[in-house]
Amino acid sequence: MPMSQTIDFIIDGVEVSARPGQTILQAADEAGIYIPRLCAHKDLVPHGSCRICTVLVNGRPQSACTQPVAPGIVVQNDIEKLNNVRRNILDMLFVEGNHYCMFCEKSGNCELQALAYRFGIMAPKFPYQFPARDVDASHPDIYIDRNRCILCARCIRASRDLDGKHVFEFVGRGPEKRVAVNAEARLADTDVDVTDKALSICPVGALMRKRQGYADPIGRRRYDHQPIGSDIEAKRSATG
Amino acid sequence: MSENWQTMVKDVCARCGNDRTRMMDIVRLVQQECGCVSGEAMDLIARQVDTHRVEVESVVSFYAFLSNRPKGKIVIRLCNDVIDEMFGARRVAQAFEQQLGIEFGQTTPDGLISLEHTPCIGMCDQAPAALVNDVVVTYLSRDKVGDIVSTLKSDPDPRKLVHKLGDGNNASELVQSMVHNNIRRKGPVIFDPLPNGEALKRCLALSPAEVIRDVKTARLRGRGGAGFPTGMKWEFARAAAGAKKFVICNADEGEPGTFKDRVLLTERADMLFEGMTIAGYAIGSDTGILYLRGEYAYLRAFLEDVLHQRRNAGLLGKAVCGKQGFDFDIRIQMGAGAYICGEETALISSCEGLRGDPKNRPPFPAQKGYLERPTIVNNVETFCCVTRILDRGPAWFAEKGSKGSPGTKLLSVCGDCKQPGVYEVLFGITLAELLKMVGAEDAKAVQVGGPSGQLVGPSDYQRTICYDDLATGGSIMVFGPNRDILPLVDKFMEFFIEETCGYCTPCRVGNVLLRQKLQEIMAGKGEAADLDYLEDLGQSIVTASRCGLGQTSANPILTSLKNFRGEYTSRLIEPEKGMKPTFDIQAAVREAAAIAGRGPAHS
Ligand SMILES: Cc1cc2nc3c(=O)[nH]c(=O)nc-3n(C[C@H](O)[C@H](O)[C@H](O)COP(=O)(O)O)c2cc1C
Ligand code: SF4
Ligand code: SF4
Ligand code: FES
Ligand code: FES
Repeated sequence: MPMSQTIDFIIDGVEVSARPGQTILQAADEAGIYIPRLCAHKDLVPHGSCRICTVLVNGRPQSACTQPVAPGIVVQNDIEKLNNVRRNILDMLFVEGNHYCMFCEKSGNCELQALAYRFGIMAPKFPYQFPARDVDASHPDIYIDRNRCILCARCIRASRDLDGKHVFEFVGRGPEKRVAVNAEARLADTDVDVTDKALSICPVGALMRKRQGYADPIGRRRYDHQPIGSDIEAKRSATG
Repeated sequence: MSENWQTMVKDVCARCGNDRTRMMDIVRLVQQECGCVSGEAMDLIARQVDTHRVEVESVVSFYAFLSNRPKGKIVIRLCNDVIDEMFGARRVAQAFEQQLGIEFGQTTPDGLISLEHTPCIGMCDQAPAALVNDVVVTYLSRDKVGDIVSTLKSDPDPRKLVHKLGDGNNASELVQSMVHNNIRRKGPVIFDPLPNGEALKRCLALSPAEVIRDVKTARLRGRGGAGFPTGMKWEFARAAAGAKKFVICNADEGEPGTFKDRVLLTERADMLFEGMTIAGYAIGSDTGILYLRGEYAYLRAFLEDVLHQRRNAGLLGKAVCGKQGFDFDIRIQMGAGAYICGEETALISSCEGLRGDPKNRPPFPAQKGYLERPTIVNNVETFCCVTRILDRGPAWFAEKGSKGSPGTKLLSVCGDCKQPGVYEVLFGITLAELLKMVGAEDAKAVQVGGPSGQLVGPSDYQRTICYDDLATGGSIMVFGPNRDILPLVDKFMEFFIEETCGYCTPCRVGNVLLRQKLQEIMAGKGEAADLDYLEDLGQSIVTASRCGLGQTSANPILTSLKNFRGEYTSRLIEPEKGMKPTFDIQAAVREAAAIAGRGPAHS
């Protein structure tokens, strides 16, 4: 690649080369620097809603998953000020819903839980809100448990952009916001299919295929041994 | 019957070109005709405009003035924001409940009247106020409620509630409103007389680049609050690629305590539309959109008429003022009750027929805005300033006001002052001078810039109103010596929780948590560490929120902690060793005790 095609900048003191059009998060991933994230997913357009990926770009907060790279910017990521903000956001997500990790089918494979462990959170410091949320188990093979939904819009984007459908969408505003389905009320009345990509993209245990829970025994789940983000960081220790 | 509504919905969709980007117009019209947008109507709309039902539901469920369940023929929306509550809105609310035999959120059994609360409707200088469908009623009191209810019961036409018309164009045939302008001070930029069309003719004699140069030389900064240099914004839009560009005027005026745009819309409508036309010429656009907040629907017919007259006078339409190659027209887009739609990218979403979610930036609207085309969004007052700059010249404008903030500013002053209303003052005025002018020298606190601004006390009264010191889009709320600060802060937090779009985590969740902690402190259950908790949580919301709403939503708490810390510390208690004052054992077991049929627990 010719020199003019790269954009050089700095994350946490490390010089990084990116391609034009990349986001800070994408460039960091390639460079083996992990920026925590929840709503971002490599196959989806950025959404910028969870705010876990907030970094300082020349001192200004920006979401790394939506912010394009620019030459010469100085990005701060792994600093206490931001990690404190991230812990607070994770806490918010835990208390906003009802997350019963100890018996959740997603335990050990859940990105929210894994991030909490990475940040050393044992119990949230904010008070639980215990909202009344519903479960839609109308479909024979799929269910939505809104207790565990963190409103990341991955399912919405995946259904729209990867499956070419429109099974999910947000309704309501503010604290009342929730994921709805493209029908009067029930998932069973939509054109969702058990093979849809949207169904394997939920970071938490909110949108799940039935009869697949607890398939991996403890010890062989995704985040049992390495904290979330280790795969990305491994690239850097391998090259650097 | 059932066929009737289907024909009506299809007809509405057809009138809107079966165009889903006009969803706001479609659902507003259906709501108007049917009293709600039912699930069946959503299905039908989706089919007509070729979208998905859940998309329609997504829009309807976002806006406070839209509903999927039937409401009364008449909806009374009483403002319960800070100012109205200070002037007795609670007593008025009780009177409505008594007279109608229903509570807020309910509809009378005969389906005639629904009662609702709403945040600031831009009538803070004549509070308490309410909307009765589109009709504004002001200076409410407990005594007037009986009259209102009996009038509506005998004739369900809210216009019958208007007995005495307001001043200026409020009295015009097409407004017929009891609203008063309360213009207290006229300045040279906005309220000096202005010959219609002259500024525009002067503009058209220049090249578009020269017009932008003039706006830049005048150093005009946006009047909506953020103060972005207007000329620079226009230059970006002019330079952006694409033949189709848009000029949008932000008349969402939702910041509590702001009502100056309301006055401009009736008294300076020509000046506003002329400014938009000048902008169209400058950036190379043929289409303007006035985004008018749903609360100001009562101004729509009047504004349409002003546009009509401008078309007849050749000031809008094909070859404006005879200038070949410059066509420009303006349409009005109604909002439907959402403060967030004042944020410019949320406003664009709303114009596109979507939920009022802000958009990710970049791209910025000047590059890719409405329908992905280069778009400028400016405040009502900003466009009025532009017209004056073309009228008197940039040098005249630039030497007014203060160095970094040229020109004048319209302030809407309300609360505990002798003369609430609109003041056109030079930038750089001190708060003390302003307080003297409005008759509020004894003020205990002033909220500058609305809930998203700052709460300041007497030690800050020598500070100046301008972009570099105390910035405001216009809202100035005054609180007298006997006002308790924390309940005001609590109201402001309630406002943000009510109005957050909910897109991002810190704003959606964090503000709820902030308010809970504040209420614990107000209830005498706070300890010293709780102030750090507020500070830390508030800072996280400021740092991580996605748009201006969230980034300022913790300000009521953060600025009152800074400037009125005593109001907090005086309520704190020293916890007993090992006890958490916030934990209320009785409350915690109340539900369980009730289920078990037991009395209160012993602590
Ligand atoms: C939550 C929120 C609400 C806003 N409401 C308004 C409004 O009602 N009117 C307005 O002109 N600007 C409002 N703004 C500012 C707009 O985003 C934008 O900056 C402004 O319309 C630009 O115009 P100006 O440069 O002429 O001020 C709001 C911003 C935020 C974050
Ligand atoms: S169901 Fe899952 S993927 Fe969809 S918004 Fe909720 S958490 Fe995200
Ligand atoms: S800051 Fe608040 S209003 Fe803005 S995007 Fe986030 S949730 Fe919505
Ligand atoms: S990962 Fe960037 S905001 Fe969610
Ligand atoms: S009209 Fe009620 S606070 Fe503005």
